[in-house]
Amino acid sequence: MTAERISAKFEACRSEGRAAFVAYLMAGDPDLDTSFECLKALAASGADIIELGAPFTDPMADGPAIQRAAQRSLAAGGSLAATLDIAARFRLEDKVTPLIVMGYANPVFSMGLTDFAERAAAAGVDGVITVDLPPEEDASLRQALAAHGLAVIRLATPTTTEARMKRVSDGAAGFVYYVSVAGVTGAAVGAEEDIRQGVERARRLSGLPVAVGFGVRTGEQAARFACLADGVVVGSALVEEVRAAVEDGAPKSAVKRITVVAQSLSNAISSARVVRSVT
Amino acid sequence: MSRANAWSQWPDANGRFGEFGGRYVAETLMPLVLELEQEYARAKEDPAFQAEFDDLLTHYVGRPSPMYFAERLTEHFGGARIYFKRDELNHTGAHKINNCIGQVLLARRMGKTRIIAETGAGQHGVATATICARFGLPCVVFMGETDVERQKPNVFRMRLLGAEIVPVSSGTGTLKDAMNEALRDWVTNVSTTFYVIGTAAGPHPYPMLVRDFQSVIGREAREQILAAEGRLPDALVACIGGGSNAIGLFHPFLEDEGVRMIGVEAGGHGVTTGLHAASLTGGRPGVLHGNRTYLLQDQNGQIIDAHSISAGLDYPGIGPEHAFLHETGRAEYRTCTDAEALEAFQLCARLEGILPALEPAHALARVGEIARELGPDGLIVMNMCGRGDKDVFSIAAHLGVNI
Repeated sequence: MTAERISAKFEACRSEGRAAFVAYLMAGDPDLDTSFECLKALAASGADIIELGAPFTDPMADGPAIQRAAQRSLAAGGSLAATLDIAARFRLEDKVTPLIVMGYANPVFSMGLTDFAERAAAAGVDGVITVDLPPEEDASLRQALAAHGLAVIRLATPTTTEARMKRVSDGAAGFVYYVSVAGVTGAAVGAEEDIRQGVERARRLSGLPVAVGFGVRTGEQAARFACLADGVVVGSALVEEVRAAVEDGAPKSAVKRITVVAQSLSNAISSARVVRSVT
Repeated sequence: MSRANAWSQWPDANGRFGEFGGRYVAETLMPLVLELEQEYARAKEDPAFQAEFDDLLTHYVGRPSPMYFAERLTEHFGGARIYFKRDELNHTGAHKINNCIGQVLLARRMGKTRIIAETGAGQHGVATATICARFGLPCVVFMGETDVERQKPNVFRMRLLGAEIVPVSSGTGTLKDAMNEALRDWVTNVSTTFYVIGTAAGPHPYPMLVRDFQSVIGREAREQILAAEGRLPDALVACIGGGSNAIGLFHPFLEDEGVRMIGVEAGGHGVTTGLHAASLTGGRPGVLHGNRTYLLQDQNGQIIDAHSISAGLDYPGIGPEHAFLHETGRAEYRTCTDAEALEAFQLCARLEGILPALEPAHALARVGEIARELGPDGLIVMNMCGRGDKDVFSIAAHLGVNI
C-alpha cells in the first residue's frame, strides 16, 4: 500500500517511454525560503521525483558538494524539522510530485520514529532514504512509516551481490536507489556495463523500478543512465548551482540557476531513449 | 546477571550490547562489514593467527607491560594502594598498537593491500603506520586539521614511518571529521582497503574485535595484581575517549563482581559549560559512525563538537559497550577537566618520574579521590595507557612556557 504517488509516477514515465528525472536538493540551502523556491522550480522544470536532503553535521556517505550544502543549510537554521516544514509547504502547491526525504539516521532517531513518521506523513512525504540504515537496522523505521503508508527506499550498490540483493529486496518499497559506483555522492561514475548488470539485478529481485544515482553530473551522463534504468538521480550538480549562487553573492539566483540546469537534464533524460534508438 | 559469562556474552548476533552497537553503515560497506565478521570468527579459532598475534605482542610490542606500584602517589593521596598498568611502555608509546597488530593481521588474511586509519592525538596513526611499515603495506592516515596542528611530533613520526597524512578540513577538522573522511575513503576503495579503526567503536564487529585485541591489558593485569597482592583490585580506573584502553582493562574483570570499574571522561572546561567530551555524562543515545551509542548532540540530533585538551579524548561519542556498561550500572563514569588533567600530569611527573599522556592524566586526576574513598585497605589499578612525550609541546603552551 505504500508510496502510491511514487509508483504512479514511475508508471506514468514508463508509459511515456522515458526514465524518471529524480532531482536532489538540500532542504534549507542556501536558506529555508530560497530552498522552497528551488524546490518549486525543480518541479516546474521537469523533475519527476524530488529527493529533499535533510542536513546532518556528519554526512559520511556524501562528497564535498553535499557536505557543503549541509553546512550551508545548518548555518541557515536547517534541520530535519525544517525539512519537513519545507516539504509541507511544497505539498500544499503540488499534489503529484513524489517527495522523498533523504538523510541520516541520527536526526530521525532524535525526533523519535513515531513523531517523524507522523510529521512526514502530514507533510505529504512519500518515502524516506536513510543512508546509514542498512536493511539490518531499518525495521523499526519501516514499521513506523508503514503505519502512514510511507516507503523506506533501499539502496543497492556495486558491492551488492545476488544474495545480498535478495536481502535488500526483502522489505524494499517505492523504488530501489542504485548507487552507480562504490564511493560518495558526486564521485566519478562507474562503468556502464557494471551499472547495467547491477540495475538489472536490482529490478529482477526487487520487482521495483530502479533509479541510478551518485556521480551523474552532465546531460550526457544522465541520458546514458536513462537508457539503463527507470530513473536517473542528479544531486551534486544541482547543489553546486546553489553554491555558485551563494559565491556570486546572490543566493536568490539559485532558483534561476537550478531552473536552467534542471530543464537541460530533464530534456536529456526525456529524449535519451529516442536518440539512442535512432542512432 | 547471575549467569556465568553474562557480561562477556555480548555483543549478540546483531552486534548489539543491549540496545547499543549495531551496524549503521552505508549499503556499500555492508558486505565488507559482514565479511570482516566472518573472517574474524575464523581467525579467532585459528591457532596460527593467535600465535602470530601473541608473538608480535611479545617481541615487537614488548608485552607483558609491567604492573607498577606507584608508592609515592599512594603516600601522597593517603588512601588505597595504587598500581599502574604500564601500557605507555609499549612500542610506540601507548596501548593503541595492540589493536593495530590484530587488525592488520586480519587485513592480511583478507587479502587487503591498503590500510587506512583515522587519528586524533596521533597515537593510533603512529601505531598503524608502524605496523604497516613492519608489513610493507601502504598506509593513509586521516587527521583533522586542528589535530595536525596540535600534534606535530606525531605527524612527523607518521611521515617518517612512510605513512601518507591527509589533513581533514571538512566539518570542524577534528577526530570525528577524520573518521567521516576515512569512511568516505573506505566506501570508495572498498575492494582493496582495510579500515583500521582506532577505538572500540564503529560498526559491528569493530567494537568487539578492538575490545578482544585490547583485552590483553586486562588479562595481564589480572594475573599481575594477583601475583603482587594476592587478590583482585577493588577498582579499575581508565580514561575514556572512544574507550578502547578502558574496555581492554575492564573486560577480563567483568565477571568479578567485587571489582568496580571507573571510566573517566574528558570534562574539558567543565560539563556544565558545554565545552567537553563527556558523551556519557553530558550526552544521550543516538547513531554515528556505524553504531548506536551515547553522543554529544543538540535537540535536532546534530552532532556537537567535543572539546578536550587531549586530542585523543576529543570525540563526541563513545564505544557502545561502555554505553551498555553505563546503562546497566556495571561501570561508573566520572569526568575530569582540562585543568585537573594538567595538574595530575605534573604531579605524576614529579612524584613518580613518569610523564603520562594527557589521556591517562585524566584517569589519574580521579585516582586520588577514589583512593581516599576506598581507604588504606583498598587496591586500585589504573591504566597508564600512553606516555606524555607527544604532549610536551602543547603542555608547555598551556603552562605559558616557551620551549
